[in-house]
Amino acid sequence: MTSEIIIQAIVTGLMMGLIYALIAAGLSLIFGLMEIVNFAHGEHLMLSMFSSFWLWSLFGLDPLFSIPITILLLAFCGIITHYFLIRYILKAKMLIQICATFGLSIFIRSIAQLLWTPDFRNVDKPLLEGRIEIGSVFIGQPQLYASLVCLVAFFGLYWFVTKTETGLALQATAQDRHAAEILGIPSNKMFAIGWAIGLGCVGVAGGMMANYFFIFTDVGINFALFAFVAVALGGFGSIIGCLYAGIIIGLVESLGGLLIDPSFKLLYVFAIYLLVVIYKPQGLFGRY
Amino acid sequence: MDTKLEIAKSEPIWNTNNRVISIIAGLIIILFVLPLFGMNSFYLHLFIMIFMHAVMAQSWNVIAGFSGQISLGHGAFFGIGAYATSFFYMEYGITPWISIFFGMFVSAIFAVLIGIPMLRLSGHYFAIATLLIGISFQVVFQRWDLVGAASGLWVTMTPEDSWSALQFHSSKAPYYYVFLIFFLITFFLVWLLSRSKLGYRLRAVRDDPQAALSLCINVSNYKIIAYVISAMIMAPMGSLFAQYILIIDPDRVFNIEISIIVLLITVLGGIGNVWGPIIGAAILVPISEYSRIYLGGTGGAVDLIFYGLILMIICIFRPNGLISFIPKDILERKKQR
Repeated sequence: MTSEIIIQAIVTGLMMGLIYALIAAGLSLIFGLMEIVNFAHGEHLMLSMFSSFWLWSLFGLDPLFSIPITILLLAFCGIITHYFLIRYILKAKMLIQICATFGLSIFIRSIAQLLWTPDFRNVDKPLLEGRIEIGSVFIGQPQLYASLVCLVAFFGLYWFVTKTETGLALQATAQDRHAAEILGIPSNKMFAIGWAIGLGCVGVAGGMMANYFFIFTDVGINFALFAFVAVALGGFGSIIGCLYAGIIIGLVESLGGLLIDPSFKLLYVFAIYLLVVIYKPQGLFGRY
Repeated sequence: MDTKLEIAKSEPIWNTNNRVISIIAGLIIILFVLPLFGMNSFYLHLFIMIFMHAVMAQSWNVIAGFSGQISLGHGAFFGIGAYATSFFYMEYGITPWISIFFGMFVSAIFAVLIGIPMLRLSGHYFAIATLLIGISFQVVFQRWDLVGAASGLWVTMTPEDSWSALQFHSSKAPYYYVFLIFFLITFFLVWLLSRSKLGYRLRAVRDDPQAALSLCINVSNYKIIAYVISAMIMAPMGSLFAQYILIIDPDRVFNIEISIIVLLITVLGGIGNVWGPIIGAAILVPISEYSRIYLGGTGGAVDLIFYGLILMIICIFRPNGLISFIPKDILERKKQR
């Protein structure tokens, strides 16, 4: 095994990690806001990839240009989710909250399977194609741009949450929703905004991944699992923690696959989750 | 001491509403004689599936309903049971009647191993951890050559019906009785558990861990006990299921769908209630089987759409499950005179 292969694995892991980070950031934002884990996160990712795919196949719109539409669709989807489901279970027991979002995930996935069949699809000849060669390390262009866009979106999200007025209102609601309401921040509206932004992040990630990833109805499961791990790793509710956690997961996945056995990739990531929640349940980076 | 605990101790365990006892006894007799009236094999299959799912859901009910820990990977214990029976039968010719207990034992060990570190965690952490563990089992068994990797185990068939090998090819009726008896035993034991001291302590742990701790209830020990009991209820169903279909593979017995359906049945019927899983299974299993018949099962996943929808609707409108439609005084014991 030469050093080039290891560098290659590190680069691949980094690029995947940035995507995981953005997906996890959406999950973390929603959790931080209302203490609800969105178990349908992977299915929302799947929806965003399909939205990208259908815009390409029906209207000939390249995934790169359809990203704004995908983001809007997903944000809308988030608002609908909040309005029709989450609103009613805010005060319910945790068990009911888990079951409700779990039910949503089953529902979305099987509707997708019914409508679009479980076939594998991919976008043929997108604008972003080919690869860059640096030394003997190959970097796929779509992967590179996807990870860069995700990184930009991530910092955009971070800026939004920490610097803008709405973002600060979100944080206030996350810390104490009743106190925030007394100060005139409508928590219901904040929750809807949180869902819209959280799923908007997923829209960015899904839209960029549609360039090179296979699109099928179960695609979201693994990403959602990694997002759960990333959120636990970064500390539930912490957004910047998701960035480090996503990168760690990406690196563990690709290096573990390279050095030990690629067929057990999932298990290495799970092992990290278990270790972290046992030894450092507050996550590696704390909250905010 | 908790007053409920005192009542549980002072009151004889049989002091249940007479009407309820006679209804239950009648139902049991009906279930026993039903196959004698020439049920065709589809109905036998339907009832077998109802019994199996009721027990599986009851297993989940013990950990989630009684002790309040949400396990999303309960399919793992089902798969362990299935593999234990089939593997020992095929490799060493050990009769399933004995290897059912191997399955229970191995499941219990795994429950302890998973439970000790994981049950210290609360809420979402435990739910996600069990979800990951459930999937890990599937991944490992898909690649474990000793147990047939992804193609699974094909249980060697006996030439004719055999009670010792627990295989019946000519009729499904013996399977019906085996599942029925396991179903009755499990429900009786869980019913006892629910009104024993242990049951009350588990519910105390669920409702308020801090208060339970202050009453000298060792919270994490009781959670582990509940998890082990739950695993030991789940494993025999895996074993019997393996003997029923005779082909098992990781994608079938470790499927995440198993973990989903036990959750769904329990939440639908009424979580934390002994009778909830029966009601849930009796409603959901026929829906699933009939929707497969009339709407097509392959790839369509119509039954899963219903599942998801039902789960969300129940969570929004009836978080206590369908059992909450039944007036409380019918189910609970007679008021003390």
